[in-house]
Amino acid sequence: MIINFLFAAIKAGTPLLFGTTGEIMTQKTGNLNLGVEGMMFMGAFMSFFVAYHSDSLVLALLAAFAIGVFAALIYAVLTVSFMANQNVTGLTLTIFGTGFAKFFGAMMIDEAGGSPKLSGKFLKAVSEKAIPVLGDIPVVGKLLFSHNPLVYLAVAIAILCTLYLLKTRSGLNMRAVGENPGAADAAGINVTLTKYLHILVGGGICGLGGAYLSLINGGGIWNNSSVVNGQGWISVALVIFASWNPAKAIIGSLVFGAFSVLQFYVPKNIIEVPNAFYVMLPFLITTFVLIITSMRKSKEGSQPAGCGVNYFREER
Amino acid sequence: MTEQSIRIKREPFLRVVKKTEVSYGRMVLLSLLAVVIAIVAGGIFILAIGQNPFEIYASIVKGAWRSKIAARGTIKLAIPLLIAALGITPAFHMKFWNIGAEGQIIMGGIFATYFALFWTGLPHWMLLLLMFIGGAIGGGLWGLIPAYFKTKYGTNETLFTLMMNYIALYLIKYLTEGPWRDPASSGFPKIASFAPNARLDQVLGVHAGWLIGLALVAVMFVYLRFSKQGYEISVVGESINTARYAGMSVKKIIMRTMFLSGAVCGIAGMCQVSGAAYTLGDGVAGGVGFTAIIVAWLAQLNPVVILVVTVLFSMLDKGCSVMQSDFGLSPAVSSILQGIILFCILAFDFFTRYRFVLRQRRKA
Repeated sequence: MIINFLFAAIKAGTPLLFGTTGEIMTQKTGNLNLGVEGMMFMGAFMSFFVAYHSDSLVLALLAAFAIGVFAALIYAVLTVSFMANQNVTGLTLTIFGTGFAKFFGAMMIDEAGGSPKLSGKFLKAVSEKAIPVLGDIPVVGKLLFSHNPLVYLAVAIAILCTLYLLKTRSGLNMRAVGENPGAADAAGINVTLTKYLHILVGGGICGLGGAYLSLINGGGIWNNSSVVNGQGWISVALVIFASWNPAKAIIGSLVFGAFSVLQFYVPKNIIEVPNAFYVMLPFLITTFVLIITSMRKSKEGSQPAGCGVNYFREER
Repeated sequence: MTEQSIRIKREPFLRVVKKTEVSYGRMVLLSLLAVVIAIVAGGIFILAIGQNPFEIYASIVKGAWRSKIAARGTIKLAIPLLIAALGITPAFHMKFWNIGAEGQIIMGGIFATYFALFWTGLPHWMLLLLMFIGGAIGGGLWGLIPAYFKTKYGTNETLFTLMMNYIALYLIKYLTEGPWRDPASSGFPKIASFAPNARLDQVLGVHAGWLIGLALVAVMFVYLRFSKQGYEISVVGESINTARYAGMSVKKIIMRTMFLSGAVCGIAGMCQVSGAAYTLGDGVAGGVGFTAIIVAWLAQLNPVVILVVTVLFSMLDKGCSVMQSDFGLSPAVSSILQGIILFCILAFDFFTRYRFVLRQRRKA
C-alpha cells in the first residue's frame, strides 16, 4: 500500500519535475517566465501529434522539446531584446500556448474523427517496466527501477542541471547574470546570450513536461480540455518550494506528487479531511515557504535578485 | 592600429538608446501602427491554417454584435474583465505586481455568496449592498495579505499573489463539496442557485454590473489622476526612496493600495456571482484575472483606454464562438489570436520607449 502510494507519487510528480527544472533554469538567469503552463500545453500537443503520426518516442520527445524552445524564444525575444514586462509576456504565453494546444488538438480530433489514440506499440514503449536485475530487488526495485523511461529522463535532467548550475564555469556565469546582470556584464559575460540560451533550454524542458502529461498521464488518448490542467502553475510553485535548486526539486516533486494522489490513499474512516484540502496543500505549503525564506532573509533559498527586471545596459 | 580605431571597432553596429520624451501624438501613432501590425500578423496565422483572414475577421466582428443577444453576451463577458483590469491598475501603477486578481475575484465571489445564501431575508437593495461591500472586503483582504508580508518582510509579491489564486480556487471546491453544498441537488456537488432576491437587477437587458464598471472607470481615473492618494501611488511606483524622503509612509500606501486593488477585483467577483452565474462555481473567475492583467498593461494603465481594450477583447472572445459553426474551427482560435496580437504589441511597445542608433561614422 505505502509502496503503491509512493510509486503513484513519483508518477504524478514527474511532469512537475520537468516543469520545475525548466523554470529554475529560466529564473536563475534572471527571467521569471509565467508561461510554463502554456509551454507545457504546447509540448503536450506536439509530442502527442508526432507520436500519433510517427510512433516514435524519440521523435515525440524532440518535438516537445523543440516547441518548448520555440515558445521560450518568443518570450526571450520580447523580454530580453525588446524589454517587455516579464509578467505580462509570460501570462500572454500561457494564454497563447493553451489556445495553441486546444485549437490544433481540436483539429486533430476532427481529422481522426473522434479522440485520437496512440498505437499499442507506442504505449508499450512508454509503459512501466522493471529494469532487469535491479528491478527484482524487493521494495527498492519497485520504487526506483520499474518506471516508464521518462521518469529516469526527468531525474537525469534535474541532476545534470544541478551539476551544471553549481559545478561549471558557465553555470556560475549564468547565476551571476541572474543575480546582478550589471556586474556580470562588467565582468565580460555576454548577458544577452546567456539569458537567451538558458531561457530556451528551460522552455524545452518544460515542453518535455507537457509530453509526459499527454503521452503517459493521458493514457494514450488526446483529451483537449484536461491535458495540462494547472500542472504548469504547480511547477512554478514548486520552484519556490525547491528553493531554486533542481536537486531539491526532485524531492519536492515527489512531495507534491504525493499530495496530489494522497486523497486516494488516506483511509477515509480514520482521517476525514475534505478532498479540496489535499489539492490546496501544495499551494499553502509553498506560500509558507515563501514567507519563511523572506523572513529569514536567506540569500540561498530565495529568488535570484535580478529576477523579474529586464536588463538595459545604459540603465545600470 | 591606433587607439581610436580600436574604439570604433568596439562600438556595436546597432545599439539601443532610451528615448527621453515621446510626444503624445507620436505615441498614439505608434500604438495604432502596433495594432495594425498585430492584426496583419493574426491574418497571416489565419492564412496559414487555410482560411481567408478578411472573412474570419469580419465574422468575428459580426458574431459579437450581430444580434441583441450576441451584443448582450459580449457586454456580459466584458464586465468582469473591465472591473478586474481596473482593479489591477493602482497596484501596477505602484509597480506592485499583483498577479492575484484571479484569487481576489474568487474571494469577492465567496464573500458575496455568503450573504446571498444566508441573508436572503433582507430587503433587496440592502442585501445587494451587503453583497457588494462583502465582495469588496473579501477581495481586499485577499490583496492585503501579500501586501502585509511584502512590507514587513519583503516577500516576493508576484509569487505570493500567484499562490493565493489557487488557495482561493480550492476554497471554492471545499465550500461546494462541504458546508455550502446544495442538499437539494443530487449527484454532482454544487452550491444552490441564488434566490431572486440576491440577483443583480438587469438594466437594458444586461445585469447592472456594466453600470458599476463604467462608474469605476470614472472613479479610478479621477482617483489616480487627481487625488492625493493617486499621486502617492505614482511616487511609490517611480521610486520608493523618493517617496520615503518626501515623508510618505510607504508601507501604509502599499497596504492601502493593495486593499483597494483587491477590493475592486472582489467587486468583479460579486458581479459575476450575483449577475451572471447566480451561483458560486469554480469557474467564477475562469482566467479573467490573468486576462485583466494583460488588458490593463496594454491600456498602459489608463482607465479610459482599459474600457476600449476590454470591449475589443470581449468582442474577440465572443466573436470567436461562432467559428465552430461557421468555419469548423475551435473557439480556441480566440486565445491564439489574442496571443499573437499581444506579442506584436509587446514587441512594438519597445519602439515607443527606445530607439536604435546605427554606428556613427567618425568624421575626420
